[in-house]
Amino acid sequence: MIRAALAGNPNCGKTTLFNKLTGSSQRVGNWPGVTIDRKEGRIKGADAILVDLPGIYSLSPYSPEEIVSRDFLLDESPDVIVNIVDATNMERNLYLTSQILDVGIPTVVALNMMDAVRKDGGEIDTVKLSSALGCRVVGMSALKGEGIEELIAAITEAAASGKVPEPLRLSEAAEASASRISEVLRGKVPDGQIRWYSVKALERDPLALERTGDLEGEILHIVEEMERETDDDSDSVVASDRYSAVSRAAASSTGKRGASKGRTTSDRIDRIVTDRWLGLPIFAGVMFLVYYISISTIGSWGTDWMNDVFFGEWIIPGMRAWLEGASVDPVLTAFIVDGLIAGFGAVIGFLPQMLVLFVLLVILEDCGYMARIAFVMDRVFRRFGLSGKSFIPVLIGTGCGVPGIMASRTIESERDRRITAMTTTFIPCSAKLPVIALIAGALFGGSALVALASYLVGIAAILMSGIILKKWKSLAGAPSEFIMELPAYHMPGAVTVFRSTLEKTWAFVRKAGTFILLACGLVWFLSTFSWNMVLVEDVNTSMLADMGRALSWMFVPLGWGGDWQFTVGTLTGLLAKENVVGTFGVLFGFSEVSEAGEEIWTMVAAMLTPIAGFSFLLFNLLCAPCFAAIGAMRRELGTWKATGAAVLYQCGLAYAVSLIVFQIGSLAIYGTFGVWTAVSLAVAALLVYLVVSNDPFRMSARRSGEVAC
Amino acid sequence: MGTLREVACGDTAKVMGISARGSMRKRIMDMGITKGCTVTVRRIAPLGDPMEVTVRGYELSLRKSEAESIEVE
Repeated sequence: MIRAALAGNPNCGKTTLFNKLTGSSQRVGNWPGVTIDRKEGRIKGADAILVDLPGIYSLSPYSPEEIVSRDFLLDESPDVIVNIVDATNMERNLYLTSQILDVGIPTVVALNMMDAVRKDGGEIDTVKLSSALGCRVVGMSALKGEGIEELIAAITEAAASGKVPEPLRLSEAAEASASRISEVLRGKVPDGQIRWYSVKALERDPLALERTGDLEGEILHIVEEMERETDDDSDSVVASDRYSAVSRAAASSTGKRGASKGRTTSDRIDRIVTDRWLGLPIFAGVMFLVYYISISTIGSWGTDWMNDVFFGEWIIPGMRAWLEGASVDPVLTAFIVDGLIAGFGAVIGFLPQMLVLFVLLVILEDCGYMARIAFVMDRVFRRFGLSGKSFIPVLIGTGCGVPGIMASRTIESERDRRITAMTTTFIPCSAKLPVIALIAGALFGGSALVALASYLVGIAAILMSGIILKKWKSLAGAPSEFIMELPAYHMPGAVTVFRSTLEKTWAFVRKAGTFILLACGLVWFLSTFSWNMVLVEDVNTSMLADMGRALSWMFVPLGWGGDWQFTVGTLTGLLAKENVVGTFGVLFGFSEVSEAGEEIWTMVAAMLTPIAGFSFLLFNLLCAPCFAAIGAMRRELGTWKATGAAVLYQCGLAYAVSLIVFQIGSLAIYGTFGVWTAVSLAVAALLVYLVVSNDPFRMSARRSGEVAC
Repeated sequence: MGTLREVACGDTAKVMGISARGSMRKRIMDMGITKGCTVTVRRIAPLGDPMEVTVRGYELSLRKSEAESIEVE
C-alpha cells in the first residue's frame, strides 16, 4: 500500500483534486492538537492512500497548518508527495515546491488549471518544467477532470521507483554554507533529511535548530559567517534564492506572457467590489442576501417544516399514537416521544438551515469574495482582536447561534476562530426574542428600546470579550498578521460546493449530535420525574424545579433570585431559549401560553421590578447558550475542556453584567446601597481593568516562569 | 528610500529589505516579498486599511503597519 501526501497552496484547487482522486472513500478526522481537518482517502484504481495536508504557502514553523504539514512529511515519511501547483500563479506556488523538494521524498508536481492557462492563450511546457524542477510534472485540470489518470500513474510510478528529487540550487554562498552545516549534522539527523535540516538551520528555523541539540552554536557560527559575507540576514538570502530559482524554472517552461485574462477580470471586479464608496454597500448587500436566504426565507422554511410538520405533526403524534395503541408503558412512551425523538429533533431540525447557510458560505469562499470581506472589514474588527470574517458568524448568530458558530470555520487564524466561536452566541438569536418580548411587554410597556438594548449589549459583549480573551494564555500570542492572498475570482464548481456542504453538515451531526441528544435527554428526565421516579403532571413538582429552588439564592444579588420560577426558566432555556417563556406559563399555572407569554405579564410584573426584569433578560441572553449551540462550540473548539471554559466564561460574564446592571441601576433609581452594590462596583472596575490593562492575567510573568523551570 | 506604506496607489517600488522580525518577517518573505522584487500598490480598502498590492503576478493584501516594515525604493 502506497502512502501519498497531497500538499499545495490554499486556493489552488486542492480540495477539488482530492475529491477527484479519492471519490467517495474519504475519512475526515482531526490533526493532533489542533482543530484542522485531516482528510484521507483511497486513490481510485490504485493501491494507495492519499492524506490531504492543510493548504499552506510555506513549510515555515509558525502557523499550526504549517507545523502539522512539516511534522507529517518529516516524521511519517510518506512514500510520495503530490504537490499541486496553480499554473496561473506559478512563482508563489513553486516556492512551496522548492521546500518540498528538500525533504527527500519522491515528488510529483500536479500542474493544475492548465485549462485556464490555455484559455488565456498561454502555454506551459511540462517537460521543460520537469527537467528544471528535477521531478515529474503532470499538466492537468482538476475542475475539468483532465490528466487525472496520468497523475495517478505518475504517483504509483514515483512511489515504485523511490527516486528522490534533486533539490533546487540556491546561490553559491548559501549552498556553500548549507553543505558546511550538513557536514556538522551528518549522523545527527536521518540521512535523507540532511538537506532539509541544513537549509532550515541556515534560515535559523527555530524548530530545525531545536533538533540539532548542542550543535546549535557551531551551526550559528557558519550562518553568521555567511551573513557577514552577503551583508544580509540568512533567512532573507534563502527566501530570495528560492524565489530566483523557481522563477528561473517557471520562465524556462513558459514564453513571456503579460498578466493573464483571469487576473485582469479579477482586477476589474475588485475595482468595484472593494471601491472606496461601493465596497461597503456591496458588502452590506451580500450580507443581507446571506441572511435573507438562510435565516428569513429558505433556510428557516426548511427548519420550521422539519420542526413543526415533520416532527411536530408526523413523527411525534404518529409515534405516540402507535405506542399508545400498542399499550406501551406510559413512562416509556414519554421517554421515547418527548425525550428521545425531541432530542433527535433538536439535532436534525437545524439541518435544513445549516445546509442552506453552508451552501452560501462555500460559494462565497470558493468564488473568492470571502477574502474581500476580510479585506473590507479588517479595520473594524482587528481593534477587538477579531478577524474581518468574524462579522459573518455574528450576523448569522442573530438568526441562530448554531449555524453562526459553525460559520466561524471560514476564519483562518485559529485564535480568531476560537474567540469568535466563544462569543457569537452573545448576540440575541431568534429563539431569545420571546424572552425579550416577555420582559419588554410585562415590564416596559412593550418598548422597542428593550430589544435595541439587548442587541447593543450583545455586540458590546462580543467586542469586549474579543479584547479580554485575546490576552488569555491559549488565545494570546503575537497579533495575527493580515498578509493574505486575494485569490482570483472564479466560478465555484457545483460538485465541490455540494461536497463541502455535506462534509460540514455531517461534521456537525457527528461532533455535536451525541451531546445534544444526551443533554436534552437529561433535562427532559429531570423535568419529567420527581425524586421518587414518578412521572409528574407539570414541571412544578419535578426534580428540575427542586434544583431551581435550591439554586435560586445565587441570583438574589441579580434581583430575580427571590422567585424560584425564574431560575427554573433559565435552566430549561438550556434546551432551547424559547422554552423559557413556555416554562413560565407552566409554572404560573397555564397549560399553554402565547409565544411572548401575554397571559403571564401581570404576574411577572408583580414579581419583578423593571430593573430586575432587565437583569434577568441580560443574564438569559449572555449565559450558556442552548445545548445545540454548546455542541456546535465543542465542534469548533475541539475539546470538552475548552468548551467548558467557554461556557464558564459566558456564564461568568452574564453574571457580572446582570449584577452590575441591577445593583447600579437600583442605586440610581431607588437609591439602595448595600454590600452587593459595593461588590458590583468592584466587578465593574475589574471588567474595565481586564479591558484596559495590557497583561491582566500576568501572562508575561508566567511565560518567563515557564522558561525558568 | 522609504517604506511600502508610503508608496502611492498605482506606483511600483523595489523591495530593499524587510525590517519585521519573527513570524511576520517569515510570512512576508514566504508570500514572495523578498529583497530585489518589485511590488505595485493597487488600492486601499474602503476604511483606509489594509492595502492591496501585486507581487510576483498575484494580489496580496497587507496592513499598513505591516507595509511599514518593508523598505523600498
